[in-house]
Amino acid sequence: MEISIIENTKADRLTICIEDNGKGMDKEFVEKVKDPFVTTRTSRRVGLGIPLMMAACRRCEGDLVIESEKNAGTRLTAEFKHSHIDRAPIGNMAETMISLILAGSEANRAVDFIYRHIIDERDLCLDTREIRTALGNDISLGEPEVLIWIKDYINEGLKNIRGGVKDENNSGIGRNQKENPGNNQCQKR
Amino acid sequence: MLVRNAGDKIGLKLLAGKAGIDKEMTGVYICDLLSWVMAHGSKGDVWITVQTHANIIAVATLLELSCIIVADGAEVEEDTLRKADEEGVALYQSTESAYEIAKKLYKMGIE
Repeated sequence: MEISIIENTKADRLTICIEDNGKGMDKEFVEKVKDPFVTTRTSRRVGLGIPLMMAACRRCEGDLVIESEKNAGTRLTAEFKHSHIDRAPIGNMAETMISLILAGSEANRAVDFIYRHIIDERDLCLDTREIRTALGNDISLGEPEVLIWIKDYINEGLKNIRGGVKDENNSGIGRNQKENPGNNQCQKR
Repeated sequence: MLVRNAGDKIGLKLLAGKAGIDKEMTGVYICDLLSWVMAHGSKGDVWITVQTHANIIAVATLLELSCIIVADGAEVEEDTLRKADEEGVALYQSTESAYEIAKKLYKMGIE
C-alpha cells in the first residue's frame, strides 16, 4: 500500500494518492463506489469513505479519481486546491501511519506501507519493508518501541520538509535527502 | 413529537422524503461537517445543516436521524432529493438560520 501526499505550493495543489496491489474492482463497481449507498460491508448499507472524500475534493476545486484493475490493484487520487478555505488540514500523519502499520503488522494479514510526503522540492519517505529488513524476523513492526521510532521519524521528517526557507543557507534541493538516508531506496521504486 | 407536526407548525417546506414524516423527533443536532455528525449525532435527532450533497441522506440513514432541515434557504441538489425519496428521509428547507430553527423546535418542546 503506497500513500503519497504531494503538496505543490507553487501550483497551489494538494494531491493525495493511495495505491495498492490488492484484488482490485471491476469497472462496474468502480462507477458505483462513489454512491454512498454502495458498500461491501454486510453490517450496514451505507459506505461514506469515498463519497465524503469526493465531496471534500470538489468543495475545494479538486476531484477524486479511482482507477482499478481486477486482480491487480487500485489507485485513488484525490486533488484539492491547497489554499482553499474549506480544505481540511492534513492532520496528524504520524498517528495515522502508526495506526495503519499496527493494523497491517499482524502476521496472518501483513500489509506493507510506503508513505511518501512531498512538499515542493523536499520529501520524506517511509517504507515498512526496509524497516522489516532492518529488524529481522524476530521483531514485529507492531512492537511499541518500533512504533514510537516510526512516529518520531515521521514527525522529525515532516518538520524538516515543512521547514520553509527561514534560513537561506539551509534550504534547497536534496537537503532532506542527506538527513533521511531511507529516501534513496524509496525513490528507486 | 412527530416530524410532520413540527414541519407544519414552524413552516418548513418539505422538499422530499414524504415517507419519513411519521418519525419521532427526540433531539436536535446542528453541524455542517458530515464526519463530525457521524461521530456525534444520535438516533432520532433533527439535523440542521447547510450541506446539500446526497451524502447527507446517507448520514441520516446511518444514524437513523428523524429528519434533515436545510437552513438559510440553501438550494438542494436533484440527486439529494431523489435519495431522500428512495430512503424515506424527510428533507425540509427553511429560509431561517440554524439558530432560529432550533429556537422554534425548543419552544415546541424538543429539548
